[in-house]
Amino acid sequence: MVARVHLPAAARRGEVIEVRITVQHPMETGFRFELGGKPIPKNVINSLLVRYNGAQIFRAELGSGIAANPYLQFHTVARQSGEIEVSWVDDNGERGSERAAITVV
Amino acid sequence: MRARRRFFSLLAGLAAVPLLPARLARAQQADSFASVLKKITAGAPVKSGRVTVDTPRLADNGHSVPLSVSVDSPMTAADHVRSITLLSERNPRPLMATFHLDPVAGRAHVATRVRLNGSQRVLVIAQLSDGSWWSGDAEVEVTESACLDAS
Repeated sequence: MVARVHLPAAARRGEVIEVRITVQHPMETGFRFELGGKPIPKNVINSLLVRYNGAQIFRAELGSGIAANPYLQFHTVARQSGEIEVSWVDDNGERGSERAAITVV
Repeated sequence: MRARRRFFSLLAGLAAVPLLPARLARAQQADSFASVLKKITAGAPVKSGRVTVDTPRLADNGHSVPLSVSVDSPMTAADHVRSITLLSERNPRPLMATFHLDPVAGRAHVATRVRLNGSQRVLVIAQLSDGSWWSGDAEVEVTESACLDAS
């Protein structure tokens, strides 16, 4: 699974920054059928966690009401240089993670 | 005469049958929205206000509708938004997502893209750090539904 974490490359200490995340995932609803009529089982990213230098800053519980290739945007305060890491798990138990670096001046 | 009467009553009974499941299904959906809301808030009162929901008034495609939420909050350790929940009135699963915010967020604002099964009102409820619930909503006109329940 592929994901992108979008951050400003640099920020001033104490500045509120925008974090944007996209994860490549079909977010299968469980209401669709294959051509032969067989139902496609539900498989969505049900839990997503974001950490800033190891400390949790955001958590999301998602359902089938979130569009495919989920996009999430939220804010955090730039405290120190380091990394923001997103990790997730889907209904099939598949896990993934992605990270981005930030420089705080 | 009696046979004919019985025949007609049977006919009337048959005609009533197909209507029943549809009405039941609709009642169930409405029920489940209320029960989902009640389950989240644990029956606590939800006040209207402080939550602003932003969506396009007209969405061409129900498969991906941009939605952003901001909550009027200072976002300090003593007074912040604990969670934001997105609810749909017409989706087969009304609970779309819950976001848990930390006081370090600086700004109580989240955005995502949702699936909507037809034109409807989207309800967003937020819980503050003092435990109180607030809500805001937005009407969305969906021209092409996400057809979540394949109906």
